[in-house]
Amino acid sequence: MGVGSFFTSKLDEAIGWARKYSIFQYPFVTACCGMEYMATACSHYDIDRFGAGLPRFSPRQADVLFVVGTISQKMAPVLKRIYDQMTEPKWVVAFGVCTCTGGFYDNYATVQGIDTIIPVDVYIPGCPPRPESVIDGLMKLQDKIATQTQRF
Amino acid sequence: MQGGQILQRLRDRFGGAVVDTHEHRGDATLVVDRGTLVDALRFCRDEPTLGFDVLMDLTAVDYQRYPGREDGPRFDVVYHLYSLAQNHRVRVKVRVDEDDAAVPTAVDLWPIANWFEREVWDMFGVHFSGHPDLRRLLMYEEFVGHALRKDYPINRRQPLIGPKQ
Ligand code: SF4
Repeated sequence: MGVGSFFTSKLDEAIGWARKYSIFQYPFVTACCGMEYMATACSHYDIDRFGAGLPRFSPRQADVLFVVGTISQKMAPVLKRIYDQMTEPKWVVAFGVCTCTGGFYDNYATVQGIDTIIPVDVYIPGCPPRPESVIDGLMKLQDKIATQTQRF
Repeated sequence: MQGGQILQRLRDRFGGAVVDTHEHRGDATLVVDRGTLVDALRFCRDEPTLGFDVLMDLTAVDYQRYPGREDGPRFDVVYHLYSLAQNHRVRVKVRVDEDDAAVPTAVDLWPIANWFEREVWDMFGVHFSGHPDLRRLLMYEEFVGHALRKDYPINRRQPLIGPKQ
């Protein structure tokens, strides 16, 4: 390994470590999964432990888009616009089966998985997912953030 | 008033325009001719002994594949009325054919009918003549067809963005 690549890989690691503990989420909450999101976000499960304790209610200040709840076809352009407004680097979490696949809403109104509209990094299944699954998904996202090639 | 008395009162008043009445487990239903619908609704609202001041719900049913109703009329438009003063209820139905799926509006009687009728138009494609602003309520403007009709394919999607499925 050359000296140059040694330094960039170490720098990557350092930035990855910093980024994985400063997750500012944008909760895009549309349905019942929101209750479980709130439960997870509150003190009992304390996602501040993962540096994800501060939701931002502006997409321009957020790193991670939490899509929480059913996305209807009518809502899809709004979700896409929110995603487009977020600045890089950004990640997306699909929270609950509705966002992963449409869930049991196999009908005229519901988007059959938000990955038909925007890229998704972590899928958290469950209807709604238990807080443990959410934290598991969050930790998987942290791993992904820490090990990816950092752009800055 | 008991359901039977309500129906009797309406039968006495509207006679031949009443297509059918029935009572099942305390739910009284009046099926009325379309031409008399608004008069019947207005009578229900304004007649003191009836006093149906609340339009609880306005919806429709598609009987296209209902045993015995395959040959039409295809739709029932259903009005659920409630009287706060009398604490009694009645259901008023009107039958419409597919080719002529239109009903006079009830917005003048109960302003809440505005959104109910928009919803029925959106979901079933029943037109409400005289409605001040008959746009879709739930689905988007670009949506083609009426989602709760029995012949709307269950897996037909009309995404605004993303892949056309
Ligand atoms: S996954 Fe279940 S709990 Fe979550 S939004 Fe869908 S229906 Fe509601």
